[in-house]
Amino acid sequence: MTVATQSPRQAARTPSRGARRPGRGRRLVGRLLPLAPALLLLAVFFAGPLLWSVYTAFTDMALSGSAAVHFTGLTNFRRMFSDPSFVQSLELTVLFVVGSAVIGQNCLGLLLALLLRGRRQVIRTSITGLVIGAWVVPEVVAGFAWYAFLYKTGTLNSILGHFGLSQNWLYTTPMLAVILANTWRGTAFSMLVYSAALSDVPPELLEAAAVDGASGWARLRYVTLPLIRRAIVSNLMLITLQTLASFGLIYVMTGGGPGTASSTTPLYMYQQAFQFYQLGYGTAMALVLLVLGALFSLIYLRLIKLEDA
Amino acid sequence: MQASTRVMVAATTMILGAGGLAGCSSSASSAGSKTVTVAYEEFGDFTQLNTQMQLVKTQYEKAHPGYTVKLEPIQAAENDYYTKLTLMNRSASTAPDVMYEDTFLVNSDIQAGYLAPLDSYLSTWSDWSQFTASAKTAAVGSDGKTYGVPMGTDTRALYYNKTLFQQAGIALPWAPKTWDDVLAAARTIKAKLPGVTPINVYSGKGSGEGATMQGLEMLLYGTNNELYDATTKKWTPSTTGMLDSLGFIKTIYTTGLAPDAQDALNPNFGTTVATDLIPNNKLAIDLDGSWVTGNWSSTGAKPWPAWSSTMGVAPMPTQNGQDPGSTSMSGGWVLSVGSHSANKQAAFDLVSLAENKANSLNYDIIASQIAERADVASDPKYLAANPLLGFFTGLVKVTHFRPAYPVYPQISDQIQVAMESVMTGQSSPSSAMSGLAGQVSSIAGAANVASGS
Repeated sequence: MTVATQSPRQAARTPSRGARRPGRGRRLVGRLLPLAPALLLLAVFFAGPLLWSVYTAFTDMALSGSAAVHFTGLTNFRRMFSDPSFVQSLELTVLFVVGSAVIGQNCLGLLLALLLRGRRQVIRTSITGLVIGAWVVPEVVAGFAWYAFLYKTGTLNSILGHFGLSQNWLYTTPMLAVILANTWRGTAFSMLVYSAALSDVPPELLEAAAVDGASGWARLRYVTLPLIRRAIVSNLMLITLQTLASFGLIYVMTGGGPGTASSTTPLYMYQQAFQFYQLGYGTAMALVLLVLGALFSLIYLRLIKLEDA
Repeated sequence: MQASTRVMVAATTMILGAGGLAGCSSSASSAGSKTVTVAYEEFGDFTQLNTQMQLVKTQYEKAHPGYTVKLEPIQAAENDYYTKLTLMNRSASTAPDVMYEDTFLVNSDIQAGYLAPLDSYLSTWSDWSQFTASAKTAAVGSDGKTYGVPMGTDTRALYYNKTLFQQAGIALPWAPKTWDDVLAAARTIKAKLPGVTPINVYSGKGSGEGATMQGLEMLLYGTNNELYDATTKKWTPSTTGMLDSLGFIKTIYTTGLAPDAQDALNPNFGTTVATDLIPNNKLAIDLDGSWVTGNWSSTGAKPWPAWSSTMGVAPMPTQNGQDPGSTSMSGGWVLSVGSHSANKQAAFDLVSLAENKANSLNYDIIASQIAERADVASDPKYLAANPLLGFFTGLVKVTHFRPAYPVYPQISDQIQVAMESVMTGQSSPSSAMSGLAGQVSSIAGAANVASGS
């Protein structure tokens, strides 16, 4: 779109090439000036805290106990990777992201979108409404609803009690519990993204493939999925970053427990920074989480080639 | 406020970032020395302090014409309240003049330079002599100066259900002299009353600081050892007392005397105990804090008018009945003056007004606090307010305070880990203790830890 609007102007400008330079500089200032407030705000409220947190990660800054802040180099990072609880929290985070975002929300969202394609309006509206309901519920409320459902005296156990399977699911299977809850909550987002993407797939292509004798699976694998791969990548990136930082849901359901069995990195980070007052150590973990997010994005870009063949 | 639920905590956590920003925008003492800002906690069912501060503000502004009191109630549960207060203190422009401080964090904040010493003001304040000896030491820094005036404290003891005790044939009033007496009663309950949990001692990470303070420290400080040796200034994690305390936890949790570990490790277990297990006669003995009865008042979380005739109390005995025969742990809160305050005299005037006899009496009654002033403790109105206040106030004589050092929260967390590994049978008390000692060394530095006893 940008290319299309600019080319005529450039063409018009070409004859007066010699006189262009000073005019262009003034024009550039004129164009940037309206942007200045936005840039300033970004610098103060976005870049500022970001740089500050990078700096903090290399210090021993504490919430209380010592007023002085020392630059400690890589100490925080060395300590982190020799801390088994932190390494465990990273593993749990990866498990949580892969389980609830990549497999749960992403696949379930795609499945729902595929199933709803071409259905009657009534069915579409009611199903979509139901799924979005889970998404609209505030995180803390969702966490408490799942807590009430899975807890020892909760709904699930009242039902399972008849079969003798009653147990405290938050104690026996804490990671599975939070993964299920997060899948339940986040599926609506993926479903919406994929519904929009699927409506852009030309029906003629699918019909042509069907005429050629392609099975339902083959049409999905060779026609639909390649056409929506951009949506897949952006969806995966968005839900991964969201899930990496997920805190409230787990905090409400298990508090990271029992023990540290569901203590993902954001929970461990909160504990170190705000309960043990080690701000520097906590922000260093945030940096590691940032790198983890970047790694996930790289993997997605690798696996799904975006360039048109 | 101790029983605030996890959900509320999470809700506040989520707005923590916003709260930090709000802290930045609030104007502060530097605006003029005629304004006194007061920061304190107001959260959930803990609204009593806010009521009290509104009252103090009216009184102060009447007594000091031209001055304005600016109240800054912070909406957060305990951990988050402290985080927010510390964030405010980090900058001189947002630091409050007067703040409501937890005693066990006072030392950290002195080191960080957030608090002002009050000795010169206290020496001319006649009411200071009314404060008990332990109250006077509650906010003393390592430099020997006093940094806060205590508002009220709490103690811990054994609650027991008289109805269940009678059914089990245990003589009343119950007065255990040693740990073995406590265990014997629990075993009798177990044998005579199936379906009743004999004893609850908080344990494990789920109960957080409650497990450390109401659980392990109530045991440990009744042995011949403590957690920190004030004379050598070293942490003492590996002692016979620690081993025996962990052994006690192991005994009750692995022989069916304590609640099921699955339940006990639930973060909301404290609420379950106070609002379900005790009022419904499902728990015979509970080692808990003086504030628990607040749940059963007509305005509490679980109104239970029969509590005063059903529940008995007994001091927690020392391990073998050694002197002084019983033990307790105390927390408590003080009012402190911020080191950034532009008019410290005005700030201290507010503290002394808020803690004069009439105001202390009113606050200690509405917030079920244990009085820190002798004249309040002996006031008939105070003693009539709650039938157990006299008992819990008496425990102040044998009470202990936690080692108030910046690393304490981390060490407390490791104590909970050790308790949890023992109660679930994952490790023996001795291996849990050596694990704890290793962790304490890496947290506090090996030079600050005593090696074995």
